[in-house]
Amino acid sequence: MKLFKAKAVSVPYLIWMAIFIIAPLVLVGIFALTDAEGSFTIENLSGIGRFTPVFARSIWLAAIATAICLLIAFPMAFAISRMSERRQNLFLMLVMLPMWMNFLLRTYAWMSLLENNGLINRFFGLFGIGPFQMINTQGAVVLGMVYNYLPFMILPLYSVMTKIDNSVIEAAQDLGASNGKVFSKVIIPLAVPGITTGITMVFVPSISTFIISRMLGGGGNLLIGDLIEMQFLGNSYNPHLGSAMALVLMVIVLFTMSITSSIDSEELEDMLI
Amino acid sequence: MEKDFIVQLDRISVSFDQEEVLNNFSLDIRDEEFVTLLGPSGCGKTTTLRVIGGFLMPDSGRVLFNGRDITSIPPYRREVNTVFQKYALFTHLNVYDNVAFGLRIKKKPESEIKKEVTEMLNLVGLSGFETRKTSAMSGGQQQRVAIARALVNHPKILLLDEPLGALDLKLRKEMQVELKRIQQSLNITFVYVTHDQEEALTMSDTVVVMNNGIIQQIGSPIDIYNEPKNAFVADFIGESNILPGIMHRDFTVSFAGKEFICVDKGFKPDEYIDVVVRPEDIKIGDYKTAQLSGVVKSTVFKGVHYEMVIDQGGFEWLVQSTLSEEPGTLVGMNIGPDDIHIMHRNGLDGEVDEVV
Repeated sequence: MKLFKAKAVSVPYLIWMAIFIIAPLVLVGIFALTDAEGSFTIENLSGIGRFTPVFARSIWLAAIATAICLLIAFPMAFAISRMSERRQNLFLMLVMLPMWMNFLLRTYAWMSLLENNGLINRFFGLFGIGPFQMINTQGAVVLGMVYNYLPFMILPLYSVMTKIDNSVIEAAQDLGASNGKVFSKVIIPLAVPGITTGITMVFVPSISTFIISRMLGGGGNLLIGDLIEMQFLGNSYNPHLGSAMALVLMVIVLFTMSITSSIDSEELEDMLI
Repeated sequence: MEKDFIVQLDRISVSFDQEEVLNNFSLDIRDEEFVTLLGPSGCGKTTTLRVIGGFLMPDSGRVLFNGRDITSIPPYRREVNTVFQKYALFTHLNVYDNVAFGLRIKKKPESEIKKEVTEMLNLVGLSGFETRKTSAMSGGQQQRVAIARALVNHPKILLLDEPLGALDLKLRKEMQVELKRIQQSLNITFVYVTHDQEEALTMSDTVVVMNNGIIQQIGSPIDIYNEPKNAFVADFIGESNILPGIMHRDFTVSFAGKEFICVDKGFKPDEYIDVVVRPEDIKIGDYKTAQLSGVVKSTVFKGVHYEMVIDQGGFEWLVQSTLSEEPGTLVGMNIGPDDIHIMHRNGLDGEVDEVV
């Protein structure tokens, strides 16, 4: 009886999932495997090879952005987790503060900062150096990803680190571990769940973004997201090709996620040392 | 500095947020001794332990280890290991790897580590648990892992911060005996922090009673129990009746409106003192012939004895006796000369004067 009630409660969610998750996935699959006339074809998928450079670039830039986020967020999350509770709340708010502003606005702000006659270059101009080409580079795209998705790395890391009791750190020191060893042997292994979640939460939106690359990367640094968007809203209207791309992107993401989650603490420890 | 002291705390002061926890605190600890720091929470006992362990840098004063100043040496370079209050086990490692942690840091060969860890798990009675996750163990077992993890490094001193606090009574008693056995078989110094007076009396060679960051009394468990130096110690160690009194001359004291013969001497004539009488030392007798008489206010059965509150001239005596008396009965109380303990009112503890 109880079991039945539990099942009854889940019915609305199952309907929700069927309508908004399963059905779209099936539709993407159908679109990817049909042509404009609606007949079956694998041409969309087989022809995707010509976009390899774009896929490679997307994976590469997203990977770099994820790595930078991890490097920045790890010490920061640890520092926050060791603060007094009041300061923790303050710093967490500061971390999330940019997210309260519109995503487009934030990215526009970076455009005006990085432009050839933007604020940064004008500042350099005061000293007679520059202007540097900053906007429309891959670096600018990575910067945009790091800036926008950093909180998604900090928050999961913070939430696992705040559970690490100070006495565990002291126990490691007590047993002879220097600060470096405390990090590599205790804190990093204990933070693994946060690390994998953080990687997922930064890598996935980074690899499929199209606004950041369009606004900060100019026309020359197209990512998969841009390509897909063009198939649906742009001049090269072709939802069948777009769906095929989306399908391939999904496979790539699933593949990278399975790698990340299969890394256990010891391997990670070895990687980081 | 004397040689047989392994740790010496020399005029240590520590304060948190302007609040002084330790003030000019000095303590010498002999090698191979079981020393217990005993006191109520907030008395500075854990702080003392953290200063010895190196987790806390004193504001002033020195920490000496075998006569060598180690005040500024970080914890990971001290020959001291700690058993933490909440065990602080590494949850990402199994039992074996937890115990092996310190040896691996020291880069000992794996064959030696295996030998040492196996030996240590044997000592704490956890052989066969090597691959167990620490989260899948009971509190008592986790405590043993924490002890093994510290002892495997052959520390000169083991610091224990209320290690049995989270265990139930029966397990705690078992572990008390176990810890004493381990300490004796390894011949190392244990510095043990607790607020449980019974635990301190059971295990220690020396008990250091602390209050408000100040040592109230240092001595063997027997000395501390039988000859408390002041009202705080008397009150904290076991239950006791503390009364103001006057020491007229050697062996003669008056309190509760009567004169008694006692075994203490060396006080000034008619010095104001405090008298301690343990509840189990008061003998119930006939009120007509007894030294003191009073009315029983309550009687509670405690298993081994009855615990009574007896009102005598406005003072409520706590009395333990194997005989029970009904509330409302008039009873007599006798106190032998040996059972009267006289304490100076030397102001070691600020509460003493308020007793008058």
